[in-house]
Amino acid sequence: MNASPEAVKGSHRSGGATLFALSARSVTKRFPGVLANDDVDFDLAAGEVHTLLGENGAGKSTLASVLCGLYRPDQGAVLRNGTQVRLSSPRHGLQHGIAMVHQHFRLVDRFSVAENVVLGDKRLSFFIDQDSINDRVSRIAEEFGLPIDPLAVVGELSAGQRQRVEIIKALYQGAEILLLDEPTALLAPPEVEKLFETVRTMAKAGKSVVFVSHKLGEVVDISDRITVMRDGKVTGSVGRGEADTRKLAELMVGREIDLSPRKAKAPAGGTMLKLHNVSLHRDGVAVVDNVSLEVRAGEIVGVAGVSGNGQRDLAELVAGLQSPTGGVITVDGREMNGAGTREMRANGLAYVPEDRLGTGLSPSLSIIDNMVLTRPRGLLVDRKAAGAEAERYITELEIKTPSPHTATRKLSGGNSQKVLLAREIFAQSDTTKVLVVCSPTRGLDVGAVETVHKVLDEARTKGKAVLLISEDLDEVLTLADKILVLYRGAVVHSADSNALDIEKVGLAMAGIS
Amino acid sequence: MNSNIWLITFADAISIATPLILASLGAMLTERSGVINLGVEGYLLMGAVTAFQLGMGFGNVWLSVFAPILVGVVMALVHGALVISLRANQIVSGLAMVIFGTGLSQFLGKSVEGERRPVSIEPIDFGRLSDIPFIGPVIFGHDPLTYFTWALTIVASLYLNRTRPGLVLRATGDAPATVDAQGVSVTAVRYIHTVVGGALMAFAGSWFMLARGTAWSQESTTNGIGWIALALVVFAAWRPLRAILGAVLFGFTLQVPFTLQAQQINVVAPEMVKMLPYLATLFVLVALSTPRARRLLGAPKMLGIPFVRDER
Repeated sequence: MNASPEAVKGSHRSGGATLFALSARSVTKRFPGVLANDDVDFDLAAGEVHTLLGENGAGKSTLASVLCGLYRPDQGAVLRNGTQVRLSSPRHGLQHGIAMVHQHFRLVDRFSVAENVVLGDKRLSFFIDQDSINDRVSRIAEEFGLPIDPLAVVGELSAGQRQRVEIIKALYQGAEILLLDEPTALLAPPEVEKLFETVRTMAKAGKSVVFVSHKLGEVVDISDRITVMRDGKVTGSVGRGEADTRKLAELMVGREIDLSPRKAKAPAGGTMLKLHNVSLHRDGVAVVDNVSLEVRAGEIVGVAGVSGNGQRDLAELVAGLQSPTGGVITVDGREMNGAGTREMRANGLAYVPEDRLGTGLSPSLSIIDNMVLTRPRGLLVDRKAAGAEAERYITELEIKTPSPHTATRKLSGGNSQKVLLAREIFAQSDTTKVLVVCSPTRGLDVGAVETVHKVLDEARTKGKAVLLISEDLDEVLTLADKILVLYRGAVVHSADSNALDIEKVGLAMAGIS
Repeated sequence: MNSNIWLITFADAISIATPLILASLGAMLTERSGVINLGVEGYLLMGAVTAFQLGMGFGNVWLSVFAPILVGVVMALVHGALVISLRANQIVSGLAMVIFGTGLSQFLGKSVEGERRPVSIEPIDFGRLSDIPFIGPVIFGHDPLTYFTWALTIVASLYLNRTRPGLVLRATGDAPATVDAQGVSVTAVRYIHTVVGGALMAFAGSWFMLARGTAWSQESTTNGIGWIALALVVFAAWRPLRAILGAVLFGFTLQVPFTLQAQQINVVAPEMVKMLPYLATLFVLVALSTPRARRLLGAPKMLGIPFVRDER
């Protein structure tokens, strides 16, 4: 199954002569029901940028957590400079110069940058000398080209700047090895570029960096070496220059995957969903700011943007969960201002929320019961018909479940998303005209992503108007016929997919126009 | 005559501010670590009855000052065990402590209801300083506990804002996961500050018996000062120094109606003042349970939320 088995296992150990800064030897880690790491070997040389590549659930974050001391391996060992270390906690890992920057930052919003950096430093004197900590933080920041004001309040910083604070914190604590868990997930493209510069500076200064990522495209340039994981195992490891995206993708997924762009094959029809100057103010701030857009039958309009720029509120406005403070929302020619979700649905709008288990599905109800949920209300429920329907979707969408009576919370992310899509798109396919879909593939593996994209493409072919709101730019680029960029609640850029300047989209996502 | 009565009102306001400050310092430290302790009124009553009964039994003023602290520690440990270790609902546990403290102090104080206080703390004699116009009678001439309380507030403020453990404490209320990731025990930080906080609350209770009241009376010993102290925490935005200002203001509000009554001016019925603690209670509950109010008031972010380490 592996591309080249002999090149795989040995990683870049050349006869055992080199001493690695950090290694994992035959690490196995189990969680209830999951074998997260299965006999994994990993080697990190000093001054190296090493990417751990794999899909969600491939075990790369688990391996990183073992390496930094957050998890203890069930079997196997962690070696620091060739000697075995038993790390009992991240704090202990830090004493060995190993630090991890988590995807979700561990910062105190109300503290200044400097206070965040020194928090937990036991060497600090009892009384804190603000000037001296500010100086120390500034010095580290300058040394590694991480410009930041030590007095700035962290809660007011952008995601990229916060990440910088985390990195400075790790360096302040004496980290020689930095593990960055999905560091680009929350960043706009220009910020990613800045992060890469920082990583290069650190590597030059002799620090080692482990990049944990599932984004194949962006890691090739930055990495000295890429180790690929799948299903808890290492499937391959390639050095700089040997990396070839096609081969890496195959190592990641284990089969060929079709993620090529899907675009409308027929011209779009009439306008089904229209937003005219729609705004939403909360606490005096415009969280959705004068948004106008149109979605026609048979097209997908994609809304791109970095997380937290009003996507969620926009979706909830269209779905009728919130009422706009200004502007007009029209569905199929009817003004829907102030209409609740029920009227929206009655008028042909289906909604696939970002939070699929909780908002989208009822976790403790079975697949069948979830199917029934959005039916037109009557006194009695026709479970039999719903059961047959559920069975059909289970086969059609390859939903992996013991039975249609299984509670949806027991399904994997991909399978519960398929259940939700089945209900929203197919169950009332004759009456649904507009489909609002939010981050439909977040957290899904590549195989499920492929299915979800296929389903959305089919919905478009059948003449639905699809509004796709996603933080995954690649997804928007793959599916959408028209692309809008949302920044601080406003549409700052819009383009047709066939006349698209990717660089402009990236800059717009960062708020630079 | 007329100005004299206002001087007394000012002095009384500063005097009654003492238990308010002490109790709200206790609540502040507790809440800064992320734990809500609504039981203040119960701690005050228990502190007061302990001070009174021990005074009756032993006649030693020091015992009556320090024993209530132990009572507060024990009560706070129970609260801590419930809400920190067992992650019970903090509001419910706090309210239970009020009911428990009220009931138990009533029971313990039954035999001495209406008795004169056996021991007391006398005001300090500042000599000539007391003769300074206005400032003299208002600032000087209080009991030692009052001055101790002022000093303690400054210490608490320095601790919170200028020291390493203070930094950790503030971080624990806002982002316990961050503190945990630094290898500092969130549980330990929360227990320590809940216990110290509870000790201060019960200590404040002893003031009512030693410096203020002349007799034990369940009905009118604390008069809901505990609830006002909780409102004061919110009012002071969880900052010790501001609590002094707020406490004097509250104290003044509590005293003015009596002054006016003495002057035969009946603008505010004393009954209205008696309602104040209940209004304060309402205010506290609304302020602490509405997310928007919490954000605007600057409450510790994770106030009232048990910490569970995020593991798979």
